[in-house]
Amino acid sequence: MPKHDVLVIGAGLAGQRAALAAAEEGVSVAIVSKVHPVRSHSNAAQGGINAALNPDDSWESHAFDTVKGSDYLGDQDAIEVMCREAPEEILHLEHLGVPFHRNEEGLLGTRAFGGASQARTYYVADITGQAIMHVLYEQLMKHSEQVDRYEEFFSTALALDDDGTCVGAVMRSIRDGSMELFEAKNVILATGGNGQAWQPTTNALICTGDGVAMAYRAGAPLMDMEMIQYHPTTLAGKGFLITEGARGEGAHLLNANGERFMERYAPNKMELASRDVVSRAEQTEINEGRGFPDGTVALDITVVPKKRIHEALREIVLVGRDFAGVDITSEPIHIKPGNHYTMGGVKTDIDGATEIPGLYAAGEVACVSVHGGNRLGANSLLDTLIFGRRSGLHAANRAKGLNPKPPSRAILADEESTVAAIVSRERGSGRRVSEIRKELGETMDRYVAVFRDADGVQRALETVRRLKEEARSAYVDDTSAIFNQDVLGAIELGFMLDNAECTCMGALERKESRGAQFRTDHPERNDEEWLKHIDLRTSTNGDGPQISYSDVTITQWQPMERTY
Amino acid sequence: MAEAQQEAAQTEHDAKQYTLKVRRYKPESGDGPYWESFDVELDPTLSVLDGLLQAKDREDGSLAVRCSCRAAICGSCGVKINGKSTLACLIQIGEAHEAANRRNGGGEPIVVEPMGNMPVVKDLVTDMESAHWEKIRRVTPWLLDDGDPPERERVVPPESMVDITQTIACIQCGACVSACLSMEVDPDFIGPAALAKAYRFVGDPRDVETRERLYDLAQDPHGIYDCTHCFSCIDACPKGVAPMDQIMRLRRAAGNEEIDDKNNGHRHEAAFVNIIRKKGTLDESLLLQESYAQGVKGKLIPKPAAIKGLVGSIPTAVRGIRTGKMRSLRKLIPGMHHKLPGDGTEYVGRIYEHAEEHATELNLYITGEEGEEPAPKESDERQAEAVTAPAAEPDETVASADGGDAEQPGPDQEAQR
Repeated sequence: MPKHDVLVIGAGLAGQRAALAAAEEGVSVAIVSKVHPVRSHSNAAQGGINAALNPDDSWESHAFDTVKGSDYLGDQDAIEVMCREAPEEILHLEHLGVPFHRNEEGLLGTRAFGGASQARTYYVADITGQAIMHVLYEQLMKHSEQVDRYEEFFSTALALDDDGTCVGAVMRSIRDGSMELFEAKNVILATGGNGQAWQPTTNALICTGDGVAMAYRAGAPLMDMEMIQYHPTTLAGKGFLITEGARGEGAHLLNANGERFMERYAPNKMELASRDVVSRAEQTEINEGRGFPDGTVALDITVVPKKRIHEALREIVLVGRDFAGVDITSEPIHIKPGNHYTMGGVKTDIDGATEIPGLYAAGEVACVSVHGGNRLGANSLLDTLIFGRRSGLHAANRAKGLNPKPPSRAILADEESTVAAIVSRERGSGRRVSEIRKELGETMDRYVAVFRDADGVQRALETVRRLKEEARSAYVDDTSAIFNQDVLGAIELGFMLDNAECTCMGALERKESRGAQFRTDHPERNDEEWLKHIDLRTSTNGDGPQISYSDVTITQWQPMERTY
Repeated sequence: MAEAQQEAAQTEHDAKQYTLKVRRYKPESGDGPYWESFDVELDPTLSVLDGLLQAKDREDGSLAVRCSCRAAICGSCGVKINGKSTLACLIQIGEAHEAANRRNGGGEPIVVEPMGNMPVVKDLVTDMESAHWEKIRRVTPWLLDDGDPPERERVVPPESMVDITQTIACIQCGACVSACLSMEVDPDFIGPAALAKAYRFVGDPRDVETRERLYDLAQDPHGIYDCTHCFSCIDACPKGVAPMDQIMRLRRAAGNEEIDDKNNGHRHEAAFVNIIRKKGTLDESLLLQESYAQGVKGKLIPKPAAIKGLVGSIPTAVRGIRTGKMRSLRKLIPGMHHKLPGDGTEYVGRIYEHAEEHATELNLYITGEEGEEPAPKESDERQAEAVTAPAAEPDETVASADGGDAEQPGPDQEAQR
């Protein structure tokens, strides 16, 4: 039975950063991922990473932009930590070998990004996430003595002892189908977001909210689950992402009449207003008949010099060519808002600790909260690294001197029988897992998207609850042990349904419009009643999530009206 | 444009029928691999991966294929489509169908197989450990710096970062490894992906072990000189990394460091260069001796290793004659090589001079598109770039999905060495 001081689940940026930070403290570390680490979804972060590193910039300015971007729902103590530590982290990455863009003097150079008062986004072409993640994986290979890698291992549940302390997790080896209890003094969840519960989405197929659901089932509170970001520039139908860096480089948004419509919504920042603002503007244009017949508006990158496009937006040239059949250097490309990011997640403190002792969360799975109601572009990579590092560090120090008794193996037997039950369901006895997954995605995208109202969200919630029931009898085709993706799909479906239920509950509860949550039946922000987080806990009687509230931490920026 | 895109959106509902013929393997069944066909119905602009996922969703959930991002960034879904190594998410199913049917009436299925040069785990899932990851680890894949990091960032030329971004763009999908002909012959060949990874450090001015890295890769019999320039990896790479170009840059860098490798690789390259400079075309009769003992003409005192090498080459020469590859015995006799008409040789010499004056190590990331903002000096650089990066045009990757009609460039003379 594998036994470690720190067990990291998920190997994207947050997970890898946590593992490396913990290893530096000299404790034993394992990192487990259901895909090979370099396949993780941090790859998809194109545009860059924010830091106030330039002498003319200040962490306070970065923090204020983030607070304002969050529509004042972000916790300012956490935002301060993130923005203060950002410059050091960028330099650390540079020292590890990330080939950040340089200016003519050979120093780190920046590009502009949405919602920011200064150009403070550091980048590697438009493959920033990929570049950083591959460099961190280089470091994992370098430190293979200190960090055990379990690649293609799927976590099904967290293990708690009788006192409710987290002492490990149950894993299924995808390669041979065996299940094992991984014992650990601390577990760090770094499993990413839940975008696959929406269709279409920019998220990869692996983004099924596993960690959120596992923590929730174990009793940890979730927070701000209603805050789901719709990214302003995604390809219609397929959901692929076009980086905000395109607008950072100067690209325009045009409606079907050729108007640069952002003039009417954000006269100062135009295309570089925060994402919730731009997505709402686009959706308004589309809803009011000024979009194209395919339900889109256009992103015109041709105004950016060609040489610059090829240097800085190369991935987007490929995405346009391969997935839309459009040469973005010579013609505008049709885009629309699409599901992109989960601001909410497992509630943590500024060290990544959840309410369950021994359980940490970092990155998109977590809600510290630094993003509040709306995340700024290029703050997500920063979030993963800063809170990945802090979680790793804190967990490693907690492990020192801790001597827990071996956990009960009952959870392993439970999980084994759950899997056995899925496999043994008779073919044709219920619905196919894939059908339920599809219905879930379409429902969420229809009712819990850019614009919401009580009726729609209520309908979505009822659908999700029906689907949960149906999922209990959904069958799979594959009964084998080796690389049985079918059975994993059934488990993931369960995870996604828990995520979706919590999002619907939060969206229904928050009777105001703030950040990514725009309620057409409550179109104003209401600080008096709703300047607070919505926390959700699983109930012991099976009634679904229990709602409570927690305060937003305000240090130096009082809520103001938000204009761009 | 609007019309084209609206049309595209309308045809979104224009689903067509396709047949995917998938090579399947169920390790627990005790049986060998077999073929199974799946009929799918989807928009021609959707990908082969979308087709596989539809078959999986609707017909058989046990069909195993690694996949995640669907947008050619995670590198999970490396497969062979109609015999060509690529990513399943990158190839439109309509194109794959056309490629499969270029030579007949349209009844051929799209053939999908697991990647080559690596063991199959199940269906389309391969084990990349021995053919890929072990080799990545072989090249010391992390930055070797000079110890204490400076307080701020290291100051480096901006173009050097753009330069290595081409290899950082590698998503470790294994398509190049799958397509590599050298690895088929020599499974120990470090291979295109790992050598591209090596360039990522050799080209990085922050790495201080450049010479040691090059020495190691040049001396390894399965290293940089084991590549036969077949272009298959460039063809297969979905991200424009052009692994073979990176291998050639490693060779040039090793040459510049004057690393005289025991594989005779550098001297063999130099032999080509020197003979053509002198004679205008390649006099193959001189190639072997020039490779094993440079400047051998006039002073016939090859080193013992060279004699051994020359003697060892005899069977290859005999085989060449027997199989008809060597058609003219005259070609074996030094000095019988025909001369270029007129002052042809002089012209060739001038090409050398021009190339030497204008040689740059720039790649497509730096120069962008050809023909843009023309400046006289830059256009020279672009020509040089066209020489160093011949197949880096993005369209090449689409060609990789074609049905195998395009003639595979054969291994050149070096393969016979």
